[in-house]
Amino acid sequence: MQKTILSGNEAFARAAYEAGVTVASAYPGTPSTEILENITQYERIDASWAPNEKVALEVGIGASIGGARTIVTMKHVGVNVAADPLFTFSYTGVRGGMVLVVADDPEMHSSQDEQDSRHYARFAKVPMFEPADSQEALDFTRLAFEVSEQFDAPIMVRSTTRISHSKSIVELGEPLMELPETGLVRDPSKFVMLPGNARIRHPLVEKRLEEMSEWACTQGFNRIEAGDGKLGIITSGVAYQYAREVFPDADILKLGLVYPLPKQMIRDFAARFDTLYVIEELDPFIEEQVKAMGINVIGKEKVPICGELSPGRLRQAFDLNPPNLPPIKEDLPPRPPNMCPGCPHRGVFHALNRLKAYVTGDIGCYTLGFMPPLSAMDTCICMGASIGNATGLSKVLNEEDRKKVVAVIGDSTFLHTGINGLMDMVYNKSTATVLILDNSTTGMTGRQDNPSTGFTLDGQLADQVDLEALCRALGVKHVETVDPAQMDTTRKVIKEAMERPEVSVVITRRPCVLIKHENVVEDLPPLYVKTDKCVACKACLTIGCPAIEWETGKDGSKGNCKVDRLLCNGCQVCMQLCKFDAFGVCDD
Amino acid sequence: MTDNNVTNILMAGVGGQGTLLASEILSEVLMQAGYDVKKAEVHGMAQRGGSVVSHVRFGKKVFSSIIPEGEVDVLFGFELLETYRYLPLVKELGAVVVNNLKIAPPSVALGKRDYPTDVAAKLKELVANVHVVDGLQLAEQAGNSRTVNTVLLGALSNTLEPTHEQWIAAIKSLVPERFLDVNLKAFELGRQVC
Repeated sequence: MQKTILSGNEAFARAAYEAGVTVASAYPGTPSTEILENITQYERIDASWAPNEKVALEVGIGASIGGARTIVTMKHVGVNVAADPLFTFSYTGVRGGMVLVVADDPEMHSSQDEQDSRHYARFAKVPMFEPADSQEALDFTRLAFEVSEQFDAPIMVRSTTRISHSKSIVELGEPLMELPETGLVRDPSKFVMLPGNARIRHPLVEKRLEEMSEWACTQGFNRIEAGDGKLGIITSGVAYQYAREVFPDADILKLGLVYPLPKQMIRDFAARFDTLYVIEELDPFIEEQVKAMGINVIGKEKVPICGELSPGRLRQAFDLNPPNLPPIKEDLPPRPPNMCPGCPHRGVFHALNRLKAYVTGDIGCYTLGFMPPLSAMDTCICMGASIGNATGLSKVLNEEDRKKVVAVIGDSTFLHTGINGLMDMVYNKSTATVLILDNSTTGMTGRQDNPSTGFTLDGQLADQVDLEALCRALGVKHVETVDPAQMDTTRKVIKEAMERPEVSVVITRRPCVLIKHENVVEDLPPLYVKTDKCVACKACLTIGCPAIEWETGKDGSKGNCKVDRLLCNGCQVCMQLCKFDAFGVCDD
Repeated sequence: MTDNNVTNILMAGVGGQGTLLASEILSEVLMQAGYDVKKAEVHGMAQRGGSVVSHVRFGKKVFSSIIPEGEVDVLFGFELLETYRYLPLVKELGAVVVNNLKIAPPSVALGKRDYPTDVAAKLKELVANVHVVDGLQLAEQAGNSRTVNTVLLGALSNTLEPTHEQWIAAIKSLVPERFLDVNLKAFELGRQVC
């Protein structure tokens, strides 16, 4: 069989193809995004971006009811949005096999919290696999479709950043040649979850979990790796790799199915050891269930509950030979992420900073508006929360403070869950201002399309949501659109909106400089600083553009700003801030 | 146990410099040479000009895709400050291959912090085996300033087992056709450096 190097996300995509999936739906979110982006290469799969995770799952459920094998993918916080249909889908069960891949983000490399999705599996009573490398990502996911149909249950597969974005060698399997038959089958007692039917389904859900727990004791995905018999470890997922690295001689019970647990297998394994550890990332999910079985294990007393594990952190937790690290005595300047040169959001945040707005923020590239020197974001909770937050905040403020409240939200995020907040704002007569920062893409996750961009996941033309008309249809009377690269106009329009004692929406529209589609972003010449005119006032530095750097003066000279012409993309926002005409446009 | 037969390469740079492609090519060539290979990196925020690291580990059997602290055999740096930042992870007899390039982080660009001085000299003070490569100059010589990553791979290639042919094959399989010639030239220029 063909050997290749795949990331976990590429392996999940391959598994969907091999398993005969024909429908895939998702909302992008790091670290899950590349699963769907890789699925588009398999032509027999209808893959699409949904406006949010709840819709993605509902699409998946519909396809499963129609008999197709279906995959839905999202990041951990996306499950919060999708939780409503998930819990009931657990009751109905499936027709075509259905797998929900959830990518957790221990360490919050690019997330607002660290929630452990294994709790959702238990909470929703949905079985969950957890692979430990790309090969298992492929094997377990492919198997999950069979298990889904065998046990009449949706199946979750949990990834983490280190599985999704790590690459390892994978042997590919043969794709299923004959696809499951699709068509309408009426079965309201199974698929209409009104109380009378749901009451009948609940005991079946419980029975299913018991049966799976027994079945899982004899399946290859749960395995014991023999060691020298002195120390036992129960582990799963990427934590298994760290456990093997740090405890090469231990006996290891590696769980591939983390919910439900193979109870008898755990009892038999535990009986052989005086010292038994559970090594798992984030919460004591396995540990607490094993302890509830009356088995004494050591887990979170030693292994950190917060943050990502690593071989180094495990060693530290168990006081094993810490490495002698050569100290660097210098305090090095950090290098946080930053909005790109030419980013259309920069002008907006500069205006908000100058207007002293109290900004309720949201999830996207524009969350970086929090960073100095723009420093124009005061809250950030979750996707879509900015608008509701603004409503709530302005409810409790006096008239003067109320005017300062501005919600910022991106085009994709507005369509994700922001729209509901705006509906409420109009309905309940809020006075806050909403800025929709429309950069014509879903920027932060890597420039994915959404219902307002005019393109589908595979780059085909699509009908575009008209954001202005949509806001008006919700009842917003004041909807204005500005180009955020026009600094004065942007500031003036935002100021007027803030003064108005009614809901106002300002759409700041200019495409992301990294946009994927051709002929969208103008190719403009870079700028330069006329050093004789620069008076070192540093006004241009207040926009925090990575292309502008302060050059300290030597031997008592004043110093000046300079532009890195390789980085500058000619947006001219800095030029508008300079009162001394010190910026010129390169004409070569 | 695994310490003895796994080699660890840590790539450090700034988002947008092409560390990702370089680590892809490196992993591919190592797999072709018959090793077990694992590679880890973080996406998302790192694409927005932030600090980027990519871990590549190879040997007979690799478990963790993350390199344990203090076990980096080769620190492969695309930018001086970022290389310096991750120096504490290098093992005592490790090596550093570093691109002689400064990219100012935001606090430095704003004039609030200083970029550390004489980074290359400090690296040499702390680690015996340091190669400083003028990546940008060689990339421009190859014909495209964006091939710095391939120049650096060339510099690294001499210290590893895969053959010249295996490297060329890996580059051919991962670099888009229209950039292939300039990247092959960049690789050869890098290969002559160390």
